[in-house]
Amino acid sequence: MNKRLRHYIDLIIVLTDKEMKLRYKSSILGYLWSIGHPLALALVFFVAFKVVMKIQMDNYALFLICGLFPWQWFQNSVTVSPTLFLNNASIIKKVNFPRNIIPFVSVLQDMIHFILSILVIAGFMLAYHKAPTLAWIYGIPLLLLVQFLTAYGASMFIASINLFFRDLERLTTIFMTLLFYFTPVIYPVSMVPERFKFYVNLNPLGPLMISWRGLFLDGKLELEPVLFAVLYAILLYTLGSFVYRTLSGRFGEIL
Amino acid sequence: MNENAIVFEKVSKSYPLYHHIIGGIKRFIFNIPGALKAIKSSRYDALRDISFEIKKGETVGVIGRNGAGKSTTLGLIAGVMKCTSGSITVNGRVAPLLELGAGFNHELTGRENIILNAVLLGLNISEVKERMTSIIAFSELGDFIDQPIRVYSSGMLARLGFSVAAHLNYEILLVDEVLGVGDQQFQKKCYDKILESKQAGMTIVFVSHSMPEIEKVCGRVIWIENHTVKQIGETKQVIDAYIKAQENHG
Ligand SMILES: Nc1ncnc2c1ncn2[C@@H]1O[C@H](COP(=O)(O)OP(=O)(O)O)[C@@H](O)[C@H]1O
Ligand SMILES: [Mg+2]
Repeated sequence: MNKRLRHYIDLIIVLTDKEMKLRYKSSILGYLWSIGHPLALALVFFVAFKVVMKIQMDNYALFLICGLFPWQWFQNSVTVSPTLFLNNASIIKKVNFPRNIIPFVSVLQDMIHFILSILVIAGFMLAYHKAPTLAWIYGIPLLLLVQFLTAYGASMFIASINLFFRDLERLTTIFMTLLFYFTPVIYPVSMVPERFKFYVNLNPLGPLMISWRGLFLDGKLELEPVLFAVLYAILLYTLGSFVYRTLSGRFGEIL
Repeated sequence: MNENAIVFEKVSKSYPLYHHIIGGIKRFIFNIPGALKAIKSSRYDALRDISFEIKKGETVGVIGRNGAGKSTTLGLIAGVMKCTSGSITVNGRVAPLLELGAGFNHELTGRENIILNAVLLGLNISEVKERMTSIIAFSELGDFIDQPIRVYSSGMLARLGFSVAAHLNYEILLVDEVLGVGDQQFQKKCYDKILESKQAGMTIVFVSHSMPEIEKVCGRVIWIENHTVKQIGETKQVIDAYIKAQENHG
């Protein structure tokens, strides 16, 4: 194998291994801890919308779980991105390695964690007498790839820009909160008033989250949201790597 | 055949003073014309018109006051920054000797950190595994190697870092004021290793404020002052001139 490629892969392996070790240091507790957050959110929304507001939906708890887990992956990947390069200043200033490995690995380990949490989703489905379908076999890898590209693009973009404008951290948090409520995660698209439906597809995360939930809840992928999701993934990835490539030559002097 | 490991030709490096925008995106957006003008007009010349050649296998010292531009020079050699004008040629793989604990994770053990650090510095995983026993032996950390490094003293961290550095694949080693830590015996070991690499034909660029250290390892010295080369030559000569200049300054 090409020597540079070999080293690139080894870098990814070593850095991912490090992240996983840190995350699952007390292995089982680490896992419970990080599935705890989306589960707690699901509980909060269930109480607020089902118990209190009496939303007219069957299986609302399962519905929440199927949307909140993929959302949580994206949210985690984006929220840590402002500090990614900053936290590695000491080596970025001294060693000439491909720095986009850092956001790559960050998103990769969030993805691995999400894959592990699919078990939880499957568990809830069994409790609701639903079973995984054959579509999962191609649907999950496809959506994993699409979401990976989306999150990796966003992460490269934010991590790079934040070196130049150091106040992106709070801005990112605010933006993610807004995006969360504008994305059909805790409500179905069918409840969005007709005249706003158009905007759902303008949200880069909307079609992707709809696709995940369709895959888990109904066991199938709809063509339209998947196409939109792929389109946004390509757009965000292109934008992120363009910004990264334009700015990365200056990382060494700005840190 | 190429005899030179590093060639600087009329190299200048100016830093844009980014703190105008580092202030934040809010300030930038509300004052775009002002901010752009500030970025363009305020650059800081860290190096001006520097030229030198370092031959393969040479050990060259770089001296100068704080802020003279020594670390900038090493950054340019390592390729983590680009020069503003001039040209830089580097033949061979470059490895920096990192400062204490850089690139280490404090929750991981010494052994885990060796793999992490060595791969970051250019080795493949299989190469690190082959060299692991030797790296651990060199560090003399014994059973501590499987402890998280947050329990290490600064001397022990230095041992770990240097042991990794001593086992990398490189032809050019950059040392930027990092050998001041660790006990006497280990420092001696580091110097022996540097002298050994020298014998093995490595090129070494060595920044230090300790003139005895420089005299011990360097064949030639580059003295940087006021962001440009003040003098290049035999170690003894340059050091004497440097010390004299320091005394005259008071
Ligand atoms: N990233 C940077 N941005 C702006 N100015 C810098 C940066 N790095 C160094 N400088 C300035 O450039 C000059 C040379 O710095 P440096 O090469 O670190 O000096 P030395 O290592 O000789 O002490 C100093 O005046 C320093 O303030
Ligand atoms: Mg310095």
